[in-house]
Amino acid sequence: MIDTIQLNVNGKTVRVTASQDASLLNVLRNELDLTGSKYGCGEGQCGACTVLIDGVATRSCITKAQTVAGRKITTIEGLESNGRLHPLQEAFLQATALQCGYCTPGMIMSGVALLAKNTNPTDAEIVRAMQGNVCRCGVYKQIVAAIKDAAKAMKEGGK
Amino acid sequence: MSENNLIEFLIEPERYELNAAPAYSFAMDRRQFFKSLGGGLVVLFLFKDAKAQESGGPGRQQNQQRPQEIGAWLHIAEDGSVTAYTGKVEVGQNIRTSLTQAVAEELRAPVASIKLVMGDTDLTPFDMGTFGSRTTPDMNLQLRKVAAAAREVLIDLAAEQWKTDRSALTASEGKITNAATKQSLTYGQLTKGQKLMKAVSGNAPLASAERWKVAGKSIPKVDGRAFVTGKHKYTSDMKLPGMLYGKILRPNAVGARLASVDTRGAESIAGVTVVRDGDFIGVAAPSPEAATSAIAAIKAEWKAPEPQPSSKDIFDYLKKHPAESQEGRGGNATVTGNVDEAMAAADKKLEQTYTVHYIAHVPLEPRAAVAEWRGESVTVWTGTQRPFGVRSELARAFHIPEERVRVIMPDTGSGYGGKHTGETAIEAARLARAAGKPVKVVWTRQEEFTWAYFRPAGVIEVKAALAKDGTVTAWEFHNYNSGPAAIRTPYNVANQKIEFHQTLYPLRQGSYRGLAATANNFARESFMDELAHAAKMDPLEFRLKNMKDARLKAVLEAAAEKFGWGKSKPAEGHGFGIACGFEKGGYVATCAEVAVDRASRAVKIVRAVNVFECGAIVNPDHLRSQIEGALVMGIGGALFESIQFENGRILNASLSEYRVPRFSDLPAIEVVMIDRKDLPSAGAGETPIIGIAPAVGNAIFDIAGVRLRTLPMAPIGLKS
Repeated sequence: MIDTIQLNVNGKTVRVTASQDASLLNVLRNELDLTGSKYGCGEGQCGACTVLIDGVATRSCITKAQTVAGRKITTIEGLESNGRLHPLQEAFLQATALQCGYCTPGMIMSGVALLAKNTNPTDAEIVRAMQGNVCRCGVYKQIVAAIKDAAKAMKEGGK
Repeated sequence: MSENNLIEFLIEPERYELNAAPAYSFAMDRRQFFKSLGGGLVVLFLFKDAKAQESGGPGRQQNQQRPQEIGAWLHIAEDGSVTAYTGKVEVGQNIRTSLTQAVAEELRAPVASIKLVMGDTDLTPFDMGTFGSRTTPDMNLQLRKVAAAAREVLIDLAAEQWKTDRSALTASEGKITNAATKQSLTYGQLTKGQKLMKAVSGNAPLASAERWKVAGKSIPKVDGRAFVTGKHKYTSDMKLPGMLYGKILRPNAVGARLASVDTRGAESIAGVTVVRDGDFIGVAAPSPEAATSAIAAIKAEWKAPEPQPSSKDIFDYLKKHPAESQEGRGGNATVTGNVDEAMAAADKKLEQTYTVHYIAHVPLEPRAAVAEWRGESVTVWTGTQRPFGVRSELARAFHIPEERVRVIMPDTGSGYGGKHTGETAIEAARLARAAGKPVKVVWTRQEEFTWAYFRPAGVIEVKAALAKDGTVTAWEFHNYNSGPAAIRTPYNVANQKIEFHQTLYPLRQGSYRGLAATANNFARESFMDELAHAAKMDPLEFRLKNMKDARLKAVLEAAAEKFGWGKSKPAEGHGFGIACGFEKGGYVATCAEVAVDRASRAVKIVRAVNVFECGAIVNPDHLRSQIEGALVMGIGGALFESIQFENGRILNASLSEYRVPRFSDLPAIEVVMIDRKDLPSAGAGETPIIGIAPAVGNAIFDIAGVRLRTLPMAPIGLKS
């Protein structure tokens, strides 16, 4: 069954046609050409597909697009504002918190969700929040550092 | 030295995937690199001996063109833009950055002015593949040489224009300057209106590492912004006009053949193309959902050979099924002195068996390919570490000359040695040819876990003799199936017998980061620990006593110092372990502190020190990433990763069932990098992985007195 769904993605309302069982990930990638969110496992285990739904980090590969109609969806493409990177994107670059970069969008989205509710996370809190995101290149240490750097930058920036 | 290394570099036998038959079999003059370039300056790197590359030819066709004698090349356009061309590819090891630095260093041009074209079989010179830690020792040097030669040509052009002696001129920041007259010309001004070509083979003067200005520094990933914004297009992100989504019907078990098939259900779905070609059955559909439905609508019966070995009896199987030794692929023992005599005369003898299970690479981006035919020519974009090898595979599969195949490798979501083959490229191309439209195939995680190749399982038997003073007097080492990388002992032992034995094997197997160096070093360094305890010596002291290699000693001593080896006793429930080794020009020593939870028996690596030395450091931040990343990846294979299988079926083909290292597995990591500016730079993507498993095993022994001799050591924690 093909349906028309109205989605709110990165502040814009878009209408897409998709089958009823289409995942949000496939709709974002194939219908809206927002390919920053990645397929890694299809079972919500690796976090590469992470987007924010009303600010909450969500695995888009196991979320049906239909179920999030009308809710506020933010993808990695929506983080930059007026050409300025989000402080966590900046921190990932500064801390060399990526190698192949495939997990990076999902890592950043999970990190952004964490920083939105905890402006000064401890190492243990970061590990707990990021446990569902896999980096096979193994840059976990730098990712923890980047999240802490971003927390600091956001505090200083008054965000 | 790099040319010589290339000649000496042979393909290790455990790269099984390079010699395997192609996945499917369905019923060319020199390349014109320069025709589309226009003016400017081109500098080529030529091998002195074109045979240098022929050693790297497993799986190449007979009728294929001769290997290119060109290693890399560089073009400075009339507007001054610099483009370097290399067949190497980027899979996250950040060579796009380190190679850009190499060009910037010698050309004396800003990093931002340099672009790299990598792994495009129509544009870049032939390259065997990005593996074996060869990019830094080979390609880095080639690009430095072409860049240095280009700089010298630019100086000549300026000297000619100013009618002055070239020795008065200097190159820096993309300009040639005459300090006396304060005149300067940019590279673009100098190459304007020129049409120059120059070839170098290796004598251009290079800046020594002590004088590096750009190389040796931590410059950030050159195109990092595209990755943190999600803009970078991996193969799996590509979309061509009219593109369809492909999916393959997989057999129900390894080795299964098609008994019967009914594809009518799939054919009746609108817009779906079904292809049946031998045992290959695939579909191309307008959406991934439609492709999945179409595959589900195919009724197929497979006939699988049974019984097949299982993960439960794999080690017994490997020992009992020797392969006929193939030429150059093992079967030859390396013998020094006389092991049997030394064993007979020894005060103390020890022998042990170590085993290693199959593990998967789990690259986060699964295999992906996009194929597009134009007439009888095909272009395939695919994430592979061997674009030229995949081109050969495609040419063979479709019975077309390689000139009609172009393979392009977009920077890819990792490989770790797991993406050397072209099966996905062939699948996409087969479907695209039938559909008459471009087709994208992206493997599911389950397909990756089932139909890719694995790091080989293996059995390792070690025997040694000890003198009263702790000297190892005899050493015998046999590796069955996993491979001979780093099989030789780095210790100073008078009598040695070391042998790799090929066996039959039940699963598709091949290269994995570090190859069998991980397995061999695990067995060797665990056994050295056992010997140290038998000799009643401290494991560090015992190693140093039996070691002469100064570089290995240096990393081992640095690791011990950083860790505080011997300075304190581990806390209750904690233990310390140490290990070292070398391979592919890299020297590593690892110390680990491990804790075992008293109640749950869960094993946690609390702290790890990894010391690495690979000659002159090219980019410290990115080297640190490789050393830390290899250690983290190594934790998985050391403690909990293993492929479970039975009768040709993978039993844990998902990330919920196959555990990979996550944030909570991260120890406090301390990395020490020893910068030997006096030594040529070696690769660093592999060897830092080989220390962690034995260091952790030795630490577990330190806690519990239990010697774990199988990788993974504690998949469900430590048995009590």
